[in-house]
Amino acid sequence: MPRRIVSGIQGVGHRVIDSIWRLGYASRFFLLTLLKSGTSLRRFGLVIRELYFTGVLSLIIIVVSGLFVGMVLGLQGYETLQRYGAESAVGTMVALSLLRELGPVVAALLFASRAGSAITAEIGLMKATEQLAAMEMMAVDPIARVVAPRFWAGVISMPLLAALFSAVGIFGGYLVAVVLIGVDEGSFWSQMQGAVDFHYDIVNGVIKTFVFGIAVTAIAVFEGYDASPTAEGVSGATTRTVVTSALAILGLDFVLTSFMFRGMG
Amino acid sequence: MQRTTMDLWVGLFIMAGIGALLVLALKVGNLGTYSAGDSYTLVGNFENIGGLKVRAPVKSAGVVVGRVTDIQLSTETFDALVIMSIDSRYKFPKDTFASILTSGLIGEQYIGLAAGGDEAVLKSGDKIMKTNSALVLEEMIGRFLFDKASERKEDGNADSD
Repeated sequence: MPRRIVSGIQGVGHRVIDSIWRLGYASRFFLLTLLKSGTSLRRFGLVIRELYFTGVLSLIIIVVSGLFVGMVLGLQGYETLQRYGAESAVGTMVALSLLRELGPVVAALLFASRAGSAITAEIGLMKATEQLAAMEMMAVDPIARVVAPRFWAGVISMPLLAALFSAVGIFGGYLVAVVLIGVDEGSFWSQMQGAVDFHYDIVNGVIKTFVFGIAVTAIAVFEGYDASPTAEGVSGATTRTVVTSALAILGLDFVLTSFMFRGMG
Repeated sequence: MQRTTMDLWVGLFIMAGIGALLVLALKVGNLGTYSAGDSYTLVGNFENIGGLKVRAPVKSAGVVVGRVTDIQLSTETFDALVIMSIDSRYKFPKDTFASILTSGLIGEQYIGLAAGGDEAVLKSGDKIMKTNSALVLEEMIGRFLFDKASERKEDGNADSD
């Protein structure tokens, strides 16, 4: 019996030490990626290739979901605001919720599941088929050649995708509120312009997307590079990428929001 | 995929993203309204501005003619100094009346300008002489209760006499 208790405590300790070790390993990997990204900046063609896969191919899902999120916001906002006779404020509501929260967060979640998982699976498979080892044999650093371009492509495309998401979402809100329901077009836009501040709302939203972009791609490249070189290991790493990214996005969003928006507007 | 087509798509993607940011900044945000044409500044002294905020609209006959650019407290009179920037297309007479109004029952507060009949017009930096403070709900209720209480007191005095 005491042996079982001891082994139970050992299990807890093992898990804690293991997860802290992984966190440290991930941070060192992140620093190494930053240090070795000189090559990808000099050979920018590598980044452009990855921008195509992470950015351009994510466009459709981002634009379509942005449109639907904006349209739903328009419907729900109208439904609630018309009770108070404030239906002309629906534009303000759609714009502020998209620019401050939903644009950055939902776009980052979609980006993690569309592009992040693809990055992890690709790097993990490269490891499983020993392509990374082959590169090292040829004195090509896999972090500089494979990891860094994917990281920078993700960091560049995330703010652009989130901006597109918000812009399309506001257009969706316009379609529902003005075209479908018939809210006055002039007050829709003018109330929005009166309430949305460039620095307080838009710049803070863009800062959020940069942070999310760094977090998601750093997690994705690390999980891929760290995956066990088996089919099972790659699939587990892909799942971990999506789960960890989602948790990181939502947690970071709370921290950033509490620093940025304190009711001083 | 061909290298050139990939470059083309990435270029289109980057341009669309930057375009979306510009649209958000100019069409949705207030960056476009700051540089809208020439403007001149007017200053108004208010006893109490209530909930007036910077960037609140300045309206005349319901038409937006400018915005509040700054609000300060005068250390001499302890009045609120409201600085407004007015579109230079609109000129107002010297005896224009400025009051702080509320759009709707719980809407945002704005400055309403009611033009007077003077020949001379207000120039940049001029002070609006006639102003009317914001209606503060608590003060109104307080005054109402005070009036009621003093009425009852007078009634009571009349009875005892």
